[in-house]
Amino acid sequence: MSSDLNLKTIIGLEIHVQLTKLKTKLFCATSADYRGGKPNTHVCPVCLGLPGTLPVVNRKAIEYAIAVAKALNCEISDKIMFVRKHYFYPDLPKNYQISQYIGPGFESIAKNGYVKISVDGKSKIVRIRRINVEEDPGRIVYIGSIEKSPYSLIDYNRSGVALLEIVTEPDIESPKEARAFLEKLMAILEYLGVTDPGLEGAFRVDANISFEGFGRVEVKNIGSIKDVEKALNYEIIRQKRIILQGGKIERETRHWDADKGITISLRSKEFEEDYRYFPDPDLPPLKISKEFIEKIISSLPELPDERIRRFLKQYGLDEYRATVLVLNKWLADFFEEAAKIYGNYKKLADLLITDFLRWINEYNIDYRKLKVKPEHVVKILKLWDDGVLSVKMVKEILPHVVRDGIDVEEYIKVHGYIRIVDKNYIQEVVAEVFDENPKAVQDAIENPKAINYLIGLVMKKTGGKADPQITREIVLEMLNKKRDTGS
Amino acid sequence: MKLGKPVNIPVYKLVHEFRSDPSKVFEYIDSVYEVIKKVEDKIKSFITITPIETVYNYVDNLIKSNKHRIDRLKLFGVPIAIKDNISTKGIRTTCASKMLENYVPPYNATVIEKIMNEGGVIIGKTNMDEFAMGSTTETSAFYPTKNPWDLTKVPGGSSGGSATAIASGEAPLALGSDTGGSIRNPASFCGVYGLKPTYGLVSRYGLIAYASSMDQIGPMARNVTDLAMLLNVIAGYDPRDSTSVPIKQGVDYVDELYKLYYKEPKLRIGIIKEFFDGSEEPVRKAALKAVDVLCSHHKCSDISLPFPRQIIASYYIIAMAEASSNLARFDGVRYGIKINLDNKSWDEAFAEVRTRGFGYEVKKRIAVGAYILSAGYRDMYYIRALKFRRLLKEKFDQIFKSFDVVVSPTMPILPPKLGEFFEDPIRIYLADVNTVVANLIGSPAISIPIDFYNGLPIGLQAIAKQFSEPILLYIAKQLEDRTGFKDIIASV
Repeated sequence: MSSDLNLKTIIGLEIHVQLTKLKTKLFCATSADYRGGKPNTHVCPVCLGLPGTLPVVNRKAIEYAIAVAKALNCEISDKIMFVRKHYFYPDLPKNYQISQYIGPGFESIAKNGYVKISVDGKSKIVRIRRINVEEDPGRIVYIGSIEKSPYSLIDYNRSGVALLEIVTEPDIESPKEARAFLEKLMAILEYLGVTDPGLEGAFRVDANISFEGFGRVEVKNIGSIKDVEKALNYEIIRQKRIILQGGKIERETRHWDADKGITISLRSKEFEEDYRYFPDPDLPPLKISKEFIEKIISSLPELPDERIRRFLKQYGLDEYRATVLVLNKWLADFFEEAAKIYGNYKKLADLLITDFLRWINEYNIDYRKLKVKPEHVVKILKLWDDGVLSVKMVKEILPHVVRDGIDVEEYIKVHGYIRIVDKNYIQEVVAEVFDENPKAVQDAIENPKAINYLIGLVMKKTGGKADPQITREIVLEMLNKKRDTGS
Repeated sequence: MKLGKPVNIPVYKLVHEFRSDPSKVFEYIDSVYEVIKKVEDKIKSFITITPIETVYNYVDNLIKSNKHRIDRLKLFGVPIAIKDNISTKGIRTTCASKMLENYVPPYNATVIEKIMNEGGVIIGKTNMDEFAMGSTTETSAFYPTKNPWDLTKVPGGSSGGSATAIASGEAPLALGSDTGGSIRNPASFCGVYGLKPTYGLVSRYGLIAYASSMDQIGPMARNVTDLAMLLNVIAGYDPRDSTSVPIKQGVDYVDELYKLYYKEPKLRIGIIKEFFDGSEEPVRKAALKAVDVLCSHHKCSDISLPFPRQIIASYYIIAMAEASSNLARFDGVRYGIKINLDNKSWDEAFAEVRTRGFGYEVKKRIAVGAYILSAGYRDMYYIRALKFRRLLKEKFDQIFKSFDVVVSPTMPILPPKLGEFFEDPIRIYLADVNTVVANLIGSPAISIPIDFYNGLPIGLQAIAKQFSEPILLYIAKQLEDRTGFKDIIASV
């Protein structure tokens, strides 16, 4: 068998996203903002599943789900039906999860949608099979590791938090596409203002992957987009090796160990688990009126695709730059703030999506706690334009500005980027530059705009340290002399 | 035994006395506790009895903190017995199961809040069939309750303890719950009044669920007016229960009852032929006699309700399916019995907790319910049962176009001997046919004591369309006048 196996990869994703922007849980009035809380302090009789308690649907969660359904181009159901999905596990207080299901007599809130993604300049459609609204279980905490822990601790703070379960059709053909899809999806959810993807545990993915004609493997509970890509890459290599060796891919569920970067078999999937779905008698079907849906749709915010189109038109950016900016909503916002006071949009975009973003990631900076402001970046760009800063200096200074949000001019002073103010010295350098670049001098005489090029050359020669104002004056002076002498 | 004060005074009179002299509350409580002391060992109505000192303190506080509004408290100072599947904050709520033997809820059911807000005094939690699964109060994990009219007979169930507490004078009022007849059946066997309200009229928040789509909490009393008084307090929309119906507030069932009672409108009464024919002779005769009384004023005719076996099958399929789901939460993790977990997987631990914590009848219903809902069988059983339920509802929608009320014996049999039912479980289930109909269609239904046979009470059931409680109270009151079965107490 050839080692270069050319088989089609089939990937389908199941994404669980918490609606973190809700104030309360899905079926009770307990605060949904449980992060950082002591274990079992964000609980009430309802989300603890105490005997006799009853669920009441959080209307806002339904509104959010409808907004998401619309943004993912889904058909939206005209009624909300909840079912009970039964399985015994200690983090599930009722030993059933209130969820949704498609089947005879059952309906999910939405189905048959799609998301447009773009990978390596090629766009494609990933279809959405359905969206369910459901409750999150609690969390089991082990002391140390699961094997060594002498007991299990259960924290029900998360129990009952509203989740959307978004399931794709198996339209994804590579880990890269999976990543592009998830980035787009998360951007959409963020633009809708229903979730904060930056929060720990707000988003979990189960990935189904197989090679055409071979058994399907499900990798459960992957916590980040990067890990989804890694886990899928790992599975492709693992499965290919088995196939090449003539082995069989077993239908099974695997676990992604993010620390080790490998997947581990959890259980074989010979039998479909029977969840004994039936309509939750505590939650009679809720009719959704057309007006209700219309009202939600009419107040949808600008979504990524629209914003990309606007960026192309308004700022003259190309699709690639616009997409990178827009899919990082905070960065796009940052861009638009900066664009109010700086006109070279392309240059601005370039700096933001390359070095700027790189340092944000390098320093692991939470974009919600940015110290650097758009004006800081604009200042750098202007100094760069003016020739005060060289590319090299920009690259050197930027990480500090990104990390500490310091003022560029201040930084230049403090860190030895001391400007040379000695007029004689500058005059010597300018003369040198003039001698070496007669054509540029001629250009500058004819076109005052070309003066910046000469200033830049001076800056380069002085390692960016010549005082830009003085340099400008001297260059202008010497150009005038040249013009006057007519030589 | 001499009582400090007769216990059979109706509640509507008691409340007046208490308002004019609050110290009489203590007197009455003393008499009630004397009765309890005298009969409880023989009948076993209660699982938990509130200590009398606690009740004294409670009443003390009640009087002090409500000085200026005692006249407005609808149940001021009235002792009430509560079925032990209704959550009471700080008072253990066991569902008569080992599983919850030591479970103390941290919150009150909505009905408990309402009763306490109206000055009611909770004197104890009554015995029942385990998780309300049964119709004799014999599946209680603790002990069976005995019928106060004949200690060798069952009191009915599952709200058996609530019925016997009232019938024997241990309490003037009680709450029961009714999923397939659990209020009406023991009311009938114990000679008291019991009402299953329209589904959605009384909040289920805090009622430990058996079959959520049919469970309703309802009042039990020794006379119709008291029954209406307790209904007044517990009925009403509750935003915590999504199945609670947001109907107009402030219906006063006592007022509505007396409006009809004095106006005496002629009703169209349907007599369910099959339910009379299917009853034991003494029951049938007594029920026909009561029907004659009604027919002397109202317009009566026979109606037919075929398929009694399908009614029973559908009821039990739906009830068991829902029960298997509702009872899944009892796993010993957060509450319930504790076992040694060493070297056990979660599944093994759950299996052991549930094997030891649940009794036979409960386990049977969970197992059958899980089977009914499993893939491949759901369509065959559960979906078909739902379909039958819908057809039955449509049938009754038709019936209620031509009739205001339909009547039948509450139970087709007299109270059986203790232990008798265990020998023939199918017979137990079939005996529920008359009562389960109301739960399947969501209608209100009442059991009215109409006669005795060999010292054992017989009840007549009346069913009306949704939210027609006043009509049921009205014909109950008419029968109460004619039969004189009012405020009677069994001498144990």
